Amino acid sequence: MIHQLELQHVTVRYGETTAVNNASLTLQAGDIGCLLGPSGCGKTSLLRAIAGFERVSHGSIALRGTTLSTPQSQLPPEQRKVGMVFQDFALFPHLNVRANIGFGLAHLTRAMRRSRVDSLLQLVALSEYASAWPHELSGGQQQRVALARALAPEPEILLLDEPFSSLDTELRTLLAEEVRALLKSSGITALLVTHDQHEAFAMADQITLLHAGLIAQTGTPYDLYHRPATEFVAEFIGEGNVISVAVTDSGIWNNTVNEGDIALPQPATGQVLRLLVRPGDIEHAADSQTALRVARKAFRGARYWYELLLPDGQRVPCTTTGNIDIPVGGLLPVRFNLRQNLVFDAAGNAARATAATPEGSQHPPRGSPAVTCA
Amino acid sequence: MAVTGVHPNTASRALSASTLWRSAIVLTATVIAVPVLVILVSLLGPYSKAWQHLLDTVLVDYVVNSLLLMLGVGLGTLLLGVSTAWLTALCDFPGRRLFSWALLLPMAMPAYIIAYTYTGLLDFAGPVQSALRSSFGWAHGDYWFPQIRSLEGAICMLSLVLYPYVYLLTRIAFLQQSTAVLEASRGLGKSATRTFVQVSLPMARPAIAAGISLALMETLADYGTVAYFGVSAFTTGIFRTWYGLGELHTAAQLAAFLLLFVLVLFTLERYSRARLRFHRTGNRAAPVRIRLRGWRAAAACTLSLGVVSAGFLLPAAQLTVWGAEHYSSALTPAFIRLLANSFLLAALASLSCLLLALLLGYGKRVHPGPVERAASRVASMGYAVPGTVIAVGVMIPFAWVDNSVAAALQQRFGISSGLLLSGTLGALVFAYVVRFLAVSLQSVEAGLAQIRPEIDESARSLGQTPLRVLKRIHLPMLRGSLLTALLLVFVDVLKELPTTLILRPFNFNTLAVRAHELASDERLAEAALPALAIVLIGLLPVILLTRNMSREPSAQ
Amino acid sequence: MFPLRTRYRPRLALLAALVLSGLTGCGAPDDTLNVYSARQEVLIKPLLDRFTAETGIAVNLVTGDGDALLARLRNEGDNSPADLLLTIDAGNLYRAQAANVLQPVRSDTLYAGSPSYLRSDEDYWYGLSVRARVIVYAPERVDPASLGDYAALADPAWKGRICVRSSGNIYNQSMVAGMLASKGQEATDAWLAGFVENFARAPQGGDRDQIKAVAAGQCDVALVNSYYLGAMLQSDDAKEYEPAQQVALFWPNQGVGGTHINISGAGVTRATRQPDRARQLIEFLLREDSQRWYAEVNSEFPVRVGVEPSALLASWGPFEANSLNVSELGRLNAEAVKAMDRARWP
Repeated sequence: MIHQLELQHVTVRYGETTAVNNASLTLQAGDIGCLLGPSGCGKTSLLRAIAGFERVSHGSIALRGTTLSTPQSQLPPEQRKVGMVFQDFALFPHLNVRANIGFGLAHLTRAMRRSRVDSLLQLVALSEYASAWPHELSGGQQQRVALARALAPEPEILLLDEPFSSLDTELRTLLAEEVRALLKSSGITALLVTHDQHEAFAMADQITLLHAGLIAQTGTPYDLYHRPATEFVAEFIGEGNVISVAVTDSGIWNNTVNEGDIALPQPATGQVLRLLVRPGDIEHAADSQTALRVARKAFRGARYWYELLLPDGQRVPCTTTGNIDIPVGGLLPVRFNLRQNLVFDAAGNAARATAATPEGSQHPPRGSPAVTCA
Repeated sequence: MAVTGVHPNTASRALSASTLWRSAIVLTATVIAVPVLVILVSLLGPYSKAWQHLLDTVLVDYVVNSLLLMLGVGLGTLLLGVSTAWLTALCDFPGRRLFSWALLLPMAMPAYIIAYTYTGLLDFAGPVQSALRSSFGWAHGDYWFPQIRSLEGAICMLSLVLYPYVYLLTRIAFLQQSTAVLEASRGLGKSATRTFVQVSLPMARPAIAAGISLALMETLADYGTVAYFGVSAFTTGIFRTWYGLGELHTAAQLAAFLLLFVLVLFTLERYSRARLRFHRTGNRAAPVRIRLRGWRAAAACTLSLGVVSAGFLLPAAQLTVWGAEHYSSALTPAFIRLLANSFLLAALASLSCLLLALLLGYGKRVHPGPVERAASRVASMGYAVPGTVIAVGVMIPFAWVDNSVAAALQQRFGISSGLLLSGTLGALVFAYVVRFLAVSLQSVEAGLAQIRPEIDESARSLGQTPLRVLKRIHLPMLRGSLLTALLLVFVDVLKELPTTLILRPFNFNTLAVRAHELASDERLAEAALPALAIVLIGLLPVILLTRNMSREPSAQ
Repeated sequence: MFPLRTRYRPRLALLAALVLSGLTGCGAPDDTLNVYSARQEVLIKPLLDRFTAETGIAVNLVTGDGDALLARLRNEGDNSPADLLLTIDAGNLYRAQAANVLQPVRSDTLYAGSPSYLRSDEDYWYGLSVRARVIVYAPERVDPASLGDYAALADPAWKGRICVRSSGNIYNQSMVAGMLASKGQEATDAWLAGFVENFARAPQGGDRDQIKAVAAGQCDVALVNSYYLGAMLQSDDAKEYEPAQQVALFWPNQGVGGTHINISGAGVTRATRQPDRARQLIEFLLREDSQRWYAEVNSEFPVRVGVEPSALLASWGPFEANSLNVSELGRLNAEAVKAMDRARWP
């Protein structure tokens, strides 16, 4: 079956530096994909390689079966049917909105161009601004014009480079949903680049997380959140921390985390494991005898977010309802309620993580206060 | 202790100080506007018979030639400036970095000097044609060689030294274009060439227009080149009408005509600069340069080298050769006196301009009102007005003042005061101030803009008096701008010709005047030494500019 | 706001006064003669020094372009510091007279020193030296027998063979004025039309340049002032005397009125406060020994009858000079300029 977008072992190099290393992914027609990752991970380089502004040193990029880039041959950007929306919108300042949107429609007759521009203006709800100039528009309006402009020539795929980073934070999530609705209604395939996971969650059907040029994991947002393949994914997605736990000879894991809390068959003595702890895994329990010191706190209205110190100095997150207000340095009584067992081995890869649901568990139900203070 | 209001003494002192400032500023702006006003008023005045004669014979020539000059120089600077800007800003080829600043060198060459030099090189009796004749055995009339001393020649000369205006502004525009915009165009299906034509060029249009306007204002103001080449233009016409026909008033009317042309250009330049503000969409990413290889790279190098050679290297070399020949005979005490005179004049003018610029700049800062802004704008219009026009506009009122004052003194007290203003250094310095204040003002205002009001306020809140704020904060921060202002005016005055010719006191020659005199007397080789001095000193602002260029973010 | 501190004010005032007085024209001494001269310093200063040595009257020499001097004198009006105007070409002298900046002076010594046709017919100025506007030609290309008078140069036979400087120059204007006086406007217009057609190149440069152009072969004949040829022949610079040696001099209009001549001269200004001393200076310049030096130093002919020209000039042979009163050259100057404009002589 022909994928809309297919990347096979793509490597992008700048001189000595390798920006993207052996990246492979596919995107189906009508889906919205996302390249997610911290800055410098190579996501923008990969996007630009798809657009044709960077060369590939290895691998191939194909769009709807047509090969766009190989190390030997590169189709020039203007011949790929790839639309692009830039971070700062890059509207042509010397053209008004109508002319901007119609810029890529030179192959149409004047009448056809006019009607296409009109329909796009309606799509992005900017019909009254057809004669306005870019500098007269707000950031959100400029983005919509950029979107309409990119959509006008009906590209095979739409690439968006951090489309919301120039806008106010409050607008972002709202706009992300709007843009997703717009793209879905057009049925267009899109690939989005962002460093903000909330945007990714709001917009994408499929997320590819990149780390230092390598693809860490590709999957649905749910997959990435609940089944992170590596420690990096686990730490990046969500607000959890990964802590180190070591197995003592009595079978009890130190650091106040009891083996009874995790269903991990036969951990070897002395083995150091990396355990993911998410804010919901530690709950405030007023009656608990375990109390951890508060290192940081942040008020978030409905909830309080705390960073607690384990006896050995590692930090774990914890959220409480907003009325629980413990000062920094004070003690917060907690109990462990690890809802998932996400454990990684020393190499950082997910190791035999098992869902800690009562059905699959051989151990006492979770929630038992069998916690040892060190 | 409750403070019920400002202490009356402080209030009245502040009030009188502020009115003092305001009056000083208004007075300065008015006095500077006088020459232009006088010229414009002459349009109302009586039109003598000489005007009819001018109309019948040469006025049409002046207009036609001026239009042709503007057209030719506009085209020439457009081609030279935009092509070189594109090469150095958006392409990469061997030597690009060198050429980026080398292309500014022709700015050190005043147009009339390059005119003399090329005449010496390409004239009938010059080395090029003589070599041609001797190697091919030709005589006069056997071959065709372009006539350098013509309108076309003047267009070439002016284009060669004025294209840097267009080059500089266009280059900055290209560098500041966000690459995202260019990539957006590529993504929308336009090839690299079409992107340049449909996006890069139109986006740079205001910068190009501003650059060409500046170049054309200089063209209209030029006297030395057109006089030497025998082209009948307004500036030579003004000279001729005044000195030749003896009609100062008619000359003023001709000057007013010229001013109308200039006004159009001036408006265009201001408008373009305003529009530049709207052409900054997107962030400045370092441009991804087009790598030129093979014959393309060679062509780029050749073009750049050719332009720099024609505009600077070749004339400078010829001047050096001539200068070396006449070194011993020309380096006389008279020459030293010439240097001293020129430097004295330039120093006086640049200091005066700086003081007035500070007055206006600070006035606007301390009381940012419409009056101060208008005064600043009026005071900075002088750069558009040609030197001949200013000279006439200074001569008329000064002579009137002198004669009225002398007559009054004679009547009342029986003293004959002689001439107080006309024919003195003061008149000349005043004319320079009118013309070049804009240069100082721009530098000072740019420097002051960097000192945000918050800096002043925090210093005051830390207990510094206004004077100490000035000394300890403003002065160090402004030092660069002040020096720039001084240097730019200094060099401009040194190169200036027509105003100096008309207004200078007798027995007072400058380098520029001497070069012009000697060249007009066909003693080109002797003119080389003063010309070289001018060019060398003219290199200083170019060096300043290139250092600013290297601080550009996208200068890799 | 920075109010001026009280103690700075007097210092600033003093500074301002010093600067102003240096920049303006206040304070000129009153016991010297101020001479405004369009003649170069080296061609007049030694003579003035001798005058000072003999009479004890100090002379302050101010040199400048003739047009600029006149424009300045007109502007200065009655307040001008100038006592004497020394300039070249009768046209300039007449313009000064017409601009009302000169005053008439007369004395027997003055009359004796200069012939009547070489001074203002209203006593406003006196000629000090004579120069002729001659034809120089390339002997290998031009047969002197084909040269005759100025009028012949309008003939189509000379098409593309004539070099001359711009019509803006007073020497040409006076020459045309002389023609207007002797032939009238119509004939002069006709001559001008034909003459302008024969230019080998657009007028450029000065008279020396025309001589060099003839030597280089760009044209065959040129109209120049005689003293330029003299100066070039006596120059140390090879670039000057070589071309001069390659051309020959021809006296036009011999037997049909005489070669056009002009003068350098001086007049007493109307604004002077020392008219007697100024007159004294002119009389000094018309003395035999002064005349000999004054003429020879610039390869010109003396005005004073009985004073022999230099050997070089004598070698050019005697010639008939036009005897028109040079005042006419000035009177007809404006007409001449207009005629040249009509003929489109650049």
